[in-house]
Amino acid sequence: MSAPLATPRLRVPRSARRGEAFEIRCLMTHPMETGLRPDAPPRDMLNRLLVRVEGQVALDATLRNGTAANPYHVFFLRLERSSEIEFIWSDEGGRSVRATARVTIA
Amino acid sequence: MSNPRLRRRALLTLLALPWPAAAAGLQEAIRDAVGEGAFTEAGITLALPATAENGGQVPLTVQVESPQTEALHVTAIHIFATRNPTPGVASFRLTPLLARAEVQTRIRLAEHQQVIAIAVMSDGTRRRAVAEARVSTGGCLA
Repeated sequence: MSAPLATPRLRVPRSARRGEAFEIRCLMTHPMETGLRPDAPPRDMLNRLLVRVEGQVALDATLRNGTAANPYHVFFLRLERSSEIEFIWSDEGGRSVRATARVTIA
Repeated sequence: MSNPRLRRRALLTLLALPWPAAAAGLQEAIRDAVGEGAFTEAGITLALPATAENGGQVPLTVQVESPQTEALHVTAIHIFATRNPTPGVASFRLTPLLARAEVQTRIRLAEHQQVIAIAVMSDGTRRRAVAEARVSTGGCLA
């Protein structure tokens, strides 16, 4: 519980075409321990993944018990100009980890 | 699904789906997420493997037909497991910055059950899809 959150793994293209869809994959190493199992360790859950493009919310996910360990998400963005994409995972204890990626529009 | 009679029949079938021994609080969880009201089952696809070897990591894809413009886009996708110890899987708030109203993730399923995806559109309409997966090894309490 007190170990720091892991470093997220992102798969984001470095460049994309203006206005065309591209895929983003992200994986966060985390047990997503619900505390419901017999003899389970204490509850330890990520409850949010927030994705912003140049500060604007693109996707805001609330994660609950049914989300698997090592939460993995795939979604599709489209951009009109080169942008920074920011990913923030937060846990129920208020800790968070942030990662960013830059996509250049050719 | 352009035939109105077929569509009505599909809707009735969906409303009549039996959920024996549904997860405690399933209906409440759905009501908390999207309120009361009718659903259509057109324009939304929920994909799950027919059989999941490992219930702890079940791939899931939700796709909603939507232009993702300011005028018409998906504002939320909610996912519920009908026979897990708790029904909530995840809720996604979407914006027109997303090129497609599509999310892929991996979920936990305790046993053979139905999974429900509900999409809320920016015009207030709601769509629902149901998919069923068999589970070889339960993913919640193991």
